[in-house]
Amino acid sequence: MTNSWTDIRNTDLVVIMGGNAAEAHPCGFKWVVEAKANRGAKLVVVDPRFTRSAAVADYYAPIRQGSDIAFLSGVINYCIQNNKVQWDYVKAFTNATYIVKEGFAYKDGLFTGYDEEKRDYNRSTWDYQIGPDGYAMVDETLQDPRCVWNLLKEHVSQYTPELVERITGTPKDKFLKVAAMIGECSTPTKTMTSMYALGWTQHSKGSQNIRTMAMLQLILGNIGVRGGGMNALRGHSNIQGLTDIGLMSNMIPGYLTLATDKEPDFNTYMSTRGFKPLRPNQMSYWQNYKKFMVSFLKSMWGPAATAENNFAFDWLPKMDVPAYDILRAFELMKQGKMNLYFCQGFNPLQAFPNRGKLTEALSKLKLLVIMDPLQTETARFWENHGVYNNVDPAKIQTEVIQLPTTCFAEDEGSLVNSGRWLQWHWPAGSPPGESRTDAWIMSQIHLRLKEMYKKEGGALPDPIVNLYWPYKDPSEPTPEELTRELNGYVVSDVLDPNDPTKKLLTASKQVPNFGVLRDDGSTAAGCWIYSGSFTEDGNMMARRDNSDPDDTGAYLKWSFAWPANRRIIYNRASADINGKPWDDTRKLLWWDGAKWTGYDVPDIAPTAKPQDVGPFIMNPEGVSRLFARGMMREGPFPVHYEPFESPMVNLVAPKIRGNPVARVFKDDFAQFAEPASKEFPYAATSYRLTEHFHYWTKNNHVNAVLQPEFFVEISEELAKEKSITNGGWVRVWSKRGSVFAKVYVTKRIRPLICDGKPVHVVGIPIHWGFVGAAKKGFPANVLTPFVGDANIETPEFKAFLVNIEPSTGPVA
Amino acid sequence: MNMELSRRQFLGTAGAGLAGTTLGALGFGGVEEAHAAAIRPFKLFNTTETRNTCTYCSVACGIIIYSKGDLKKGEKADITHIEGDVDHPTNRGTLCPKGAALLDIVKSETRLQHPMIRRAGSDKFERVSWDEALNKIARAMKDDRDKNFIAKNADGVTVNRWNTTGFLAASATTNETAWATYKAVRSLGMVVFDNQARV
Ligand code: SF4
Repeated sequence: MTNSWTDIRNTDLVVIMGGNAAEAHPCGFKWVVEAKANRGAKLVVVDPRFTRSAAVADYYAPIRQGSDIAFLSGVINYCIQNNKVQWDYVKAFTNATYIVKEGFAYKDGLFTGYDEEKRDYNRSTWDYQIGPDGYAMVDETLQDPRCVWNLLKEHVSQYTPELVERITGTPKDKFLKVAAMIGECSTPTKTMTSMYALGWTQHSKGSQNIRTMAMLQLILGNIGVRGGGMNALRGHSNIQGLTDIGLMSNMIPGYLTLATDKEPDFNTYMSTRGFKPLRPNQMSYWQNYKKFMVSFLKSMWGPAATAENNFAFDWLPKMDVPAYDILRAFELMKQGKMNLYFCQGFNPLQAFPNRGKLTEALSKLKLLVIMDPLQTETARFWENHGVYNNVDPAKIQTEVIQLPTTCFAEDEGSLVNSGRWLQWHWPAGSPPGESRTDAWIMSQIHLRLKEMYKKEGGALPDPIVNLYWPYKDPSEPTPEELTRELNGYVVSDVLDPNDPTKKLLTASKQVPNFGVLRDDGSTAAGCWIYSGSFTEDGNMMARRDNSDPDDTGAYLKWSFAWPANRRIIYNRASADINGKPWDDTRKLLWWDGAKWTGYDVPDIAPTAKPQDVGPFIMNPEGVSRLFARGMMREGPFPVHYEPFESPMVNLVAPKIRGNPVARVFKDDFAQFAEPASKEFPYAATSYRLTEHFHYWTKNNHVNAVLQPEFFVEISEELAKEKSITNGGWVRVWSKRGSVFAKVYVTKRIRPLICDGKPVHVVGIPIHWGFVGAAKKGFPANVLTPFVGDANIETPEFKAFLVNIEPSTGPVA
Repeated sequence: MNMELSRRQFLGTAGAGLAGTTLGALGFGGVEEAHAAAIRPFKLFNTTETRNTCTYCSVACGIIIYSKGDLKKGEKADITHIEGDVDHPTNRGTLCPKGAALLDIVKSETRLQHPMIRRAGSDKFERVSWDEALNKIARAMKDDRDKNFIAKNADGVTVNRWNTTGFLAASATTNETAWATYKAVRSLGMVVFDNQARV
């Protein structure tokens, strides 16, 4: 989230698209209700199903899953055509005025530089023209035909309300009503918030779904303001934290990245991470990259990381592929190229697509290690459960070790909520049986390996035997010891260069913020964006003062928000070019003539002059990007691409199937249904019910009972067509597998008319499996396709094709 | 508002203050005290209150966990009740059907109790000791790493990566656990490393 749950109270219009907060985030959704009750805010829901959020919406519009970019590009086009643009914001705070290189063009669904073989682009033309002064060229008058604004205007002009209706199935009048409601928020005194979740991310072009809405929010001037923002509701309780700390293939904590094979040494690595400002006076905050990187390396390898060895840079692995994400991991496993696999509190046999492939892959491992407080299907993938897991244990040679861990109620530490608040929690109960904390288990593994490498030698022992492990009890670091490292500390005294008798920083003290981190090895910080969370003043994450001056929803003294306890990021954009708030009734920050002040921690140097320094300090431009340069794999502007399995061909680019740059493994392509397939004619989507949390609550009697049995949802029209009766059994199958389910025939799903033909939607809730307290049932991933988003590999769970028929149920 | 004063302290203070009320001044103090003593003490007086957050979604509702026994005093603690934290700014005491049933997940019958192993081709899990399990894991890791670690790629560039063993990290563990995990995993050169952010 750019904002926070409690900030939603400040909005005028909530758009829920790509999520269903009333069902999936009920206690956060209360802030939508508050905004409606207290401010007269309106709620718009755009979804293939009439969801629980839709049930309390002021306006609902149906949409075919996987067509959000067409819808939102249509809204952008509407705003441009009808002058629903916050011009002062767009001109000052976005790259609308920037001039794009000659050679960059768009045609038939593709941009300049496409290589069909590689499913990738040469992105060299996707950039600005650089002037003789070394800065990007701009045209403040927006007259230049090559400026971003004019290219964008041209790019979205195709998405007329008529075309939007043909692609999305949203009737034109409904689309126009939503567009008009959104367009109203272009005035500086009206704000819209976007609330989305997996309904946008779980597509082969998920990142572009979100980006299209972000562009719309910029055009409306809704980023950095109270009641605005792009608000990813996020899923699990600490998935934000795990991502912040970089537990991903190519990541380093605080959104730094590993080197690739093309960056053989530290200097080459740093040369592409210098982030020289693209406009005069800009902060381009990533210029500090080296300070964060060296401080991270110091926290990894302590005294063994020295200036002489480039702070042990070589001990980090380099990447030969963009990422070894989970999809790639299971592909490699299936090819017999992986031997050991660990699942820490993660149940991939349920959570990843194409169940059949996953089982085949796991069966090829030598050893699978499970760390979990609960039973999972993954841990028992070798166990026969009839139709629900039809395997022969004798044929599976994989050894499985299952380690019992503590759960939240028995452990201490911080979790990061969707609004980036790091909240500390305390243990309340004794762990059951022999279960131990994950930190203890990881320490045991590390210490054993260290011992073995010391004794036996082996492949590059250095990073293991030198891993900095300065804990009082090395076999179980305490949460406080670990969190102090994340915050960062001073390694050696730093003297004032102007007066060496004065100390700027004192060895062994906690750093107060990331501003003091250094690139010479005198500071260490595990995760620079968490600096400030545990300082010499103590544990900021444990703060419980819920005061909120003037009821802005900021709660600055409750816990700690990264970065720097800032509650709304890009908050300098809440004021105009002169530092005057856009909306006096909803002030956030303002320039008092000498410095920035207000209700939040300024997202800019406190004395940065408003006319000089742009609000988007992480970008070398100082402004936000309507044109993404080479940052997105599909192109600088979003394009409507169909899901890989779609009930129709792509109307804007008929030759293109799916997302042209998404990675697809060979065997998986063969397992996709053709576009507009006769064999698999129905558009399926998966989702979660309010009573369930993914697959965990199967272990919980209450939740298992509340929604006891696997079912699918279809419309009355489809039921009639297929002679299916409400409450009966159906079989649903895709090109990858088949499930039996009870069927719920409902008015909440209606056929959509896309390009003149009806598209029937089949809704498939997730939860069921073969372990736990719940009745056994089929998981949705028996059906789903093995392909991810082109930028971050989130699987395409929200749009795929199935067939359905009445049935007598599974034969037990 | 300062939240130092817990609800239990507040109730305690209210009880002790009875004698100081007007009733006390009017001479009924003794009666009141006798009466108060006769009432069964508030159930939660005997429990320890601990602040925590719901383990499920990232709304991260504040909760209060009540347990018999106090971990801070080195006692064994048995969790008896979980409810929403009214002081929490996001949820203000409310919980959804998942948060309201948190006690059932803590006490689930399918909580894992002991390290277990399923041997190749077997149709069951068997108990093993922690030591045996961890030694076996560490040995398998070292053997695989020593065999498959790539120090230099075909072009002679130092790459120091290990891609035949993978690690999927959790999504409900703490930042502190995540950091310990990161250090242990990355120091091995492991690149097949991911978390639940994608699902
Ligand atoms: S109680 Fe419900 S809304 Fe609150 S954190 Fe838990 S799952 Fe999310």
